[in-house]
Amino acid sequence: MAGPRNISVSEASRPVLPRHAKLKYDDTRKVWVILAPERVLAPDEIAVEVLQLCNGERNVGDVADQLAAKYAAPREAILADVIVMLQDLADKGFLTEIREKTP
Amino acid sequence: MSDVLPTIPPGASDSLAVLEKTRSTAETFGIPLAVLLEITHRCPLQCPYCSNPVELDRSGKELTTEEWKKVLSELAEIGVLQVHFSGGEPTARKDLVELVKHASDVGLYTNLITSAVLLTRERLSELADAGLCHVQISFQGIEEGLADRVAGYRGGHRKKLEVAKWTRELDLPLTVNAVMHRQNLHQLPEIIQMSVDLDADRLEVANVQYYGWALKNRAALMPSVAQLDECTDIVEEARERLRGRLTIDYVVPDYYALRPKKCMGGWGRQFFNISPAGKVLPCHAAESITGLDFLSVRSNHSIAWIWQNSEAFNRYRGTGWMKEPCKSCEFREIDFGGCRCQAFALTGDAANTDPACALSPLHETIFKQAEREAEGETNRFLYRNFAGGTLESENGA
Repeated sequence: MAGPRNISVSEASRPVLPRHAKLKYDDTRKVWVILAPERVLAPDEIAVEVLQLCNGERNVGDVADQLAAKYAAPREAILADVIVMLQDLADKGFLTEIREKTP
Repeated sequence: MSDVLPTIPPGASDSLAVLEKTRSTAETFGIPLAVLLEITHRCPLQCPYCSNPVELDRSGKELTTEEWKKVLSELAEIGVLQVHFSGGEPTARKDLVELVKHASDVGLYTNLITSAVLLTRERLSELADAGLCHVQISFQGIEEGLADRVAGYRGGHRKKLEVAKWTRELDLPLTVNAVMHRQNLHQLPEIIQMSVDLDADRLEVANVQYYGWALKNRAALMPSVAQLDECTDIVEEARERLRGRLTIDYVVPDYYALRPKKCMGGWGRQFFNISPAGKVLPCHAAESITGLDFLSVRSNHSIAWIWQNSEAFNRYRGTGWMKEPCKSCEFREIDFGGCRCQAFALTGDAANTDPACALSPLHETIFKQAEREAEGETNRFLYRNFAGGTLESENGA
């Protein structure tokens, strides 16, 4: 079940948070947080929305489609922003992806 | 959106920005994000720089399983997000899996800080199933000769390597914690390589901080300025080379700094820990300061009340307690006068400026003493144990 590390995010990747990075709503401080080893990250609203869509089934293109429809915004700009955000998270070691198993 | 994920600094100093707005004792201090749980002082290792107090809690005084569970529930309820299970050696508690499971059930992010020598693969797997999120394993060196001698435990190093491998096989993130001092600093490049080979995510290069047991062993542990400079260069080169592969956190001994460290992010500002017997403490060495009454989770006060209102937490909060040169110092709210435990240990008064600060009247004397000790011939350790310490034999056994 070990997801790959050091991933490169593209439109086709299907990212998901690894088990050691947990997205959680902090009820005491009224903010979303990502809990990670010795770190607490504070993602903004858009990042939270993106991460909630990243369930390991949708690919990054699907996520951009949904956000473009919801915000009536240009898909290409959204896609670029989403990739930058996810790659940043991946570079910090807090993102993995689902890959097809080769038989 | 590239700035959507501001990282909060690691370790004891972590805090959300919203918690850092307070200045005086009269104001409210937000509950820390992470709490250190020293669930036992029992440990099979005898490291001469152990961060536990010299007066160790005996097992009969330890909180029971039910008491720790109640503590975990209460911590989650008041807004703590992460707990570090530490010790002593936390795996010496038979109920560790049960405690981790309970922490996960109440929504806490769990970290295990371990020497690893008591773990079996089966128990580690049970801990993973119980929801454990992260494992930190301490290493004393790169090969068993030195590493086992420092730990005072034969066969320890080999076991640690094995447990580190299991940790990654179970898909748990791994931090290698390497405590550095004069007798092992020359192994730093290999320790960095070992961390890469073990597929660790993080490496903590933590130079010994000289309180408690380490203060007793200072003459055998203190590095020279030249050794430290070399160490810093090695860390900087490795950070660059291993970017995206291995995160390296680096702690220098404050003796050779000009400014003291903002110890614990400031007394009672961002951190507390709970001792084996249930005392709620502003830092794991705080009990070394005599004359402070630390309240226990067994008292009739809640943890939140103890954090906010107890005399011990309020004593050195903010800047009102300060004397000169801290009182009028422009850095007083940057470093809060350094470390209270170190000030107490070296000057006899916790309200004095930490002698690590160049403005302390004692700084020069202590720096010179450290330099002399670094050049000294004394390599014998006083091993940490419940008997008050045992001196290593002449031939290192």
